Amino acid sequence: MSRTNKMLTKRIIPCLDIKNGRTVKGVNFVDLRDAGDPVELASIYAKEGADELVFLDISATEEKRKTLAELVYHVAETINIPFTVGGGISSVEDVDVLLKNGADKVSINSSAVKRPELINELVAKFGSQCIVVAIDAKQIEDKWKVHLVGGKVPTELDLFEWAKEVEERGAGEILFTSMDHDGTKNGFANKALAELSDLLNIPVIASGGAGSISHFRDTFKEGKADAALAASVFHFKEIEINTLKEELKGEGIPVRI
Amino acid sequence: MKIVIIDYGAGNIQSIMFAIKRLGYEAALSHDVDEIRNADKVIFPGVGEASSAMAKLRATGLDKVIPTLKQPVLGICLGMQLMCHSSEEGNTEGLGIFDLDVVKFSKKVKVPQIGWNQISDLKSKLFINIPEKSYIYLVHSFYAPIGKETIASSEYDVEYSAALQKDNFYGVQFHPEKSSDVGSDILQNFLNL
Repeated sequence: MSRTNKMLTKRIIPCLDIKNGRTVKGVNFVDLRDAGDPVELASIYAKEGADELVFLDISATEEKRKTLAELVYHVAETINIPFTVGGGISSVEDVDVLLKNGADKVSINSSAVKRPELINELVAKFGSQCIVVAIDAKQIEDKWKVHLVGGKVPTELDLFEWAKEVEERGAGEILFTSMDHDGTKNGFANKALAELSDLLNIPVIASGGAGSISHFRDTFKEGKADAALAASVFHFKEIEINTLKEELKGEGIPVRI
Repeated sequence: MKIVIIDYGAGNIQSIMFAIKRLGYEAALSHDVDEIRNADKVIFPGVGEASSAMAKLRATGLDKVIPTLKQPVLGICLGMQLMCHSSEEGNTEGLGIFDLDVVKFSKKVKVPQIGWNQISDLKSKLFINIPEKSYIYLVHSFYAPIGKETIASSEYDVEYSAALQKDNFYGVQFHPEKSSDVGSDILQNFLNL
């Protein structure tokens, strides 16, 4: 058997915010026919070399849930890379509908904090591989505290204790967003990320703070992240995915090109 | 061409249906023995836990049918693992098509392996025109070691079987339906068999 340097690559994940079946954060793609069409944006990212996509639904009512299921169906029909769907998922039924329509993974957040048994129930029914637990946290007096409702509501839960519990309950992956870094474009929360990665035996996705190519390099090297998620730097073409991956490769980081 | 995806309630098959549709074919989802036997190509999917998936196969009698099929059969992910002799997951006895015992990755690596890895040492018609070290997408905690039926290898913790073949039976640990253009080409190769 030949010895080659085969290894699992670091993943680059664009995140699309969705409301009523449309992308909400402004996108700056001149070649996009319909800037609000998530399916079209998703296929462009897939062609540019994105390894996965995350769709975060910020609509809330039942009516809009149906729209989300339809969107998931069209995305699955069109793109040939994996994608995760999150936002407001709170029951086994919610997950069932999304997976049946073609989502590869779902991400749960506040609903898991409110009722941690939900993680076990989802894992038992669908398997660890498709259950991502998203954790939003903020540093308060040297302690990382978990926040809910998109980071607005603080809890007493410690990030690391909660992450460990999430792993023990069977989640397949953790998506950690630092509220202190999100939107700053000053880089990811690498110290906390590295600590999470050392503590856990499941993959960790870094989120919040991407502003430059070096930030991605740092979160893979110093933050020991398995994947990095970003939104606006991709949507506004401040960073192009293929350029990013070429540069990461040049830095010796394994990426799929 | 009649393509049947075996329906035994183990996991999400929508993505496989779509991938086949993108190649210009239609696939039927079925647990009907005659329909499966009469298909030109059979796809055996699987997501989730081995022992409960195997229990579902036994409950429908499909565990007896699959090993006797004569047309090309492609097991995907857990489907491939169930085609092996056994799995450490839930102490499961498999279909015994491939002479390998599926085991869990060690604690030296993060489990599950999630993401894109490379395939090498490619053999068989399944990989015609597929370059060595192509990237494919995987999500799994258990793996089949290297054996005489290995037709593609990959490495994570250890070197393991990314694909297996014995006669008309093929198995891939990765998800061709989610592995970008390389995955589509591999699926097309299977349909061309």
